[in-house]
Amino acid sequence: MKKAILYLNQFFGQVGGEDMADHTPEIREGLVGPAMELDKQLGDDIQVTHTIICGDNFMGSRQEEAIDMIKGFLKDKEVDFFFAGPAFRAGRYGAACGHAGRAAQKMFPEAVVITSMDEENPGVEMFRKDMFIFKGGASAAAMRNDLKAMAQFAQKLAKGEEITTAKDEGYFGRGKRKQFFLNPPVPATERVIDMLLKKLNGEPFETELPVPVTDLVPVAPPVAPEKLSEATIAIVTSGGIVPVGNPDRIQSASATKWGKYDVSGMDDLKAGEYQTIHAGFDPMAANADPDVIVPLDAMRQYEKEGKIKEMYKYFYSTVGTGTTQKEAARMGAEIAAELKEAGVDGVLLVAT
Amino acid sequence: MLMANLIPVATSVGVNKMVPTISIPYPLGDPSTPLDEQYKLRYHRVGVALDALTADISEPTLFKTKI
Repeated sequence: MKKAILYLNQFFGQVGGEDMADHTPEIREGLVGPAMELDKQLGDDIQVTHTIICGDNFMGSRQEEAIDMIKGFLKDKEVDFFFAGPAFRAGRYGAACGHAGRAAQKMFPEAVVITSMDEENPGVEMFRKDMFIFKGGASAAAMRNDLKAMAQFAQKLAKGEEITTAKDEGYFGRGKRKQFFLNPPVPATERVIDMLLKKLNGEPFETELPVPVTDLVPVAPPVAPEKLSEATIAIVTSGGIVPVGNPDRIQSASATKWGKYDVSGMDDLKAGEYQTIHAGFDPMAANADPDVIVPLDAMRQYEKEGKIKEMYKYFYSTVGTGTTQKEAARMGAEIAAELKEAGVDGVLLVAT
Repeated sequence: MLMANLIPVATSVGVNKMVPTISIPYPLGDPSTPLDEQYKLRYHRVGVALDALTADISEPTLFKTKI
């Protein structure tokens, strides 16, 4: 029988919600939360022996420490399969699954590492080359399906069945090329002419050599060092800082709106006047002192010292959890257009 | 110029100028430390970010912080 271990965050590991996101990594013998369903789906060939649970913020902020601890947990274990997640569209969780999976793969080069994420999860681009990331659902409603896909693939490998293309199997391509014969065989010359004809006729066709598209932004020209003291600098955040009451009704997750708030004459953002409405992290610290996300007090000090001319009178805010890349790109372009129009020289983007 | 805690994520999506922050819920001030220490850290990291705006770089760069 093959042995498997599952990595979960504090939430799915049933330790607690956002308030437990700093939870220190631990390993438990046996099955916790989704491990039960995974073990069931895996059938008789593969057994989940342990569950690792780690807080998302612990992994995000103290990654090296977390990885060292996980390596410590694994060193005397048998690992044929290392599962993580599924992480759905949760960005921190996706990244955490990737880091844990990559560490496990390093320790056990023969092991198979399998996770699952929604295509908008940034973990996909970070780790698709390192492991099998199955195309999962956007939320935990997809838990059963996502676990099933992960388990079925593992069973296939355990039985030594042939693996076909990433697309057919259901995982994100790892950028590996694998040669195989078509059945029935069609020579390359015929396939390429067929594609060319389709292209000329404006019909859809599928390339056999996909080239990854990159969506990179060129480096912005720097503010001349001697001009910084004459510069207007804006702050834009995805941390959901808004006036108490959230006048623009920005969504706490999957945001499609942004707001701008005038801070003229203020020296810092006061608790009780500003708050975060971001649903993806524990808001306690930011509500107690919103400057930890929009550092107005520090900016005012730099104005006084003459390092910059001024902070732009509005700060801009939205929520960056569950927000799609498409919406984020649109909001970014809208905000950038306003800042340009206003003659802002530089922008600090504060992420949470 | 991005100030973020999840630098590996920022790197993977191709951010050009990055200054690390200390956590997700409180990027610029650890509530378990005294207020003046939080402010010192925030002042320092914002300063690094402002200087980074003037840096002439040709590839994605992570700027170093001392506090």
